[in-house]
Amino acid sequence: MAGAAIEAQGLNIGYRNGAKTATVLSDVNLTVEQGEFLTILGPSGCGKSTLLRVVANLLEPLDGTISVLGESPAAIRKKRETGFVFQEATLLPWRTVRDNIRLPASVGGRLAKPIPKGRVNNLLGLLGLEGLGERYPSQLSGGQRQRVAIARALIDEPRILLMDEPFGALDEITRDRLNDELLSIWRATGTTILFVTHSIEEAVYLGQRIMVLGANPGRILNLHDLTPIKTADNTCRREDPAIVSEIAAQRALLAQAS
Amino acid sequence: MSRLTSLAAPVFGALSILLAWQFLLPLSGVPAYIAPTPTKILSVFFSQTELILSNFTPTAIEALAGFVFGNTAAVLFAIIFAYSKFIRQAYFPVVLFFNTIPILALSPIIILIFGLGMTTKIIIAAIICFFPTLVNMIRGLGSATHNEEELFHVLSANKFETFMRLHFPRSLPMLFSSLRIATATAVIGAIVGEWIGADKGLGALIIRATFNYQSDQLYAAIVAASFLSITLFAIVAAVEARVLRHHSQ
Repeated sequence: MAGAAIEAQGLNIGYRNGAKTATVLSDVNLTVEQGEFLTILGPSGCGKSTLLRVVANLLEPLDGTISVLGESPAAIRKKRETGFVFQEATLLPWRTVRDNIRLPASVGGRLAKPIPKGRVNNLLGLLGLEGLGERYPSQLSGGQRQRVAIARALIDEPRILLMDEPFGALDEITRDRLNDELLSIWRATGTTILFVTHSIEEAVYLGQRIMVLGANPGRILNLHDLTPIKTADNTCRREDPAIVSEIAAQRALLAQAS
Repeated sequence: MSRLTSLAAPVFGALSILLAWQFLLPLSGVPAYIAPTPTKILSVFFSQTELILSNFTPTAIEALAGFVFGNTAAVLFAIIFAYSKFIRQAYFPVVLFFNTIPILALSPIIILIFGLGMTTKIIIAAIICFFPTLVNMIRGLGSATHNEEELFHVLSANKFETFMRLHFPRSLPMLFSSLRIATATAVIGAIVGEWIGADKGLGALIIRATFNYQSDQLYAAIVAASFLSITLFAIVAAVEARVLRHHSQ
């Protein structure tokens, strides 16, 4: 695969209000390889979500450069190469599960990609939603709704999946199960994943690399390779001593920074 | 409380009041020209069916037409106001001012323009429905969540798609809540229009019966007007239940 998934240099991210700017996250230099699973960990207010929003073209950076798959975030958005999963499932309640998953095909005008036959059924299977296609969001549990949101983000087979605390509102048992399912989806699809979380355990468990951000001001504290403590296909056991001590180390780092 | 009791309770309540009215009120010495008994009012519907029907029909047509025109116009204006900031800033204050004019003060002008026919009553009913629906619909069109707006941006949805697939469906709960209220106000508008000048309609019948001390006809006209409101309300509520059956999260 040629080229990095994401390349950012001297990126300053924040909000512009007239002539005033409020910087949330400054001086981001980052290269994410295609197919990589990067977790972004930090306390609230550190700008971890805003970084995803820049990649998704929901926010323009204040300055610096960013390229996504060698192009601008706007161009990539229009090509539907990025899928976005919010903390809330954000399903349209008047559409069935199937129609929610198909939503990307019904908006975007000529940019919308046609959905191959059987694709929705494959996704329903991949996410353990068999038999729920004709249900409405109000008839689903929180975990099932988030699965539907992930299926919707995957429908266009994006090369980059951006996930903004997708399991933050779920109970721990459901979250652990979805963590494992997400890893198997990642292995099956080979998509690049940027996963934002405020859970240290989740960040260490999921990522091949972990990016730790500090708040006030938002900055990168640590960008750290986790592959030495995991197997080649990025699996690990939660109770593995190496994983446990890694979690402790990141916790100490965050406590020190705040 | 069982299902049967919860159904029977309101029936019992209404029946007890009707029975008290029927048997206790005459004993209390209230004259019949002020409050006729329920059976007397009911008998009007059988003995003077023609009178009630010939006055019910024009009011029903006026209220229904006013409801349809007023709310349709409100929805269209709401869409224009919601999507054009300039038009909203320029004309919303004007609409706001227009709404402060009491409809009774405005009616003579409408009569001057459209005469004493049905058109005038339809317009009065439409105006009275217009404003609440306009305000609710504007709010409804802006009621999508921040995440939903961002989702549509990520998907590169254009304005029309965002309207059709997000803003319009999102606005429906608020639209229906104002449509339900408008069923009653449309009937009020039609009757008020008839008071100002009409020779047929429930409003005209109310005025005529009052001045002729025909209280049984007066009360029958009131019951008929109430029946009209309830029927319109029931239709809107049934459509709402069907359209919004999956709307709640």
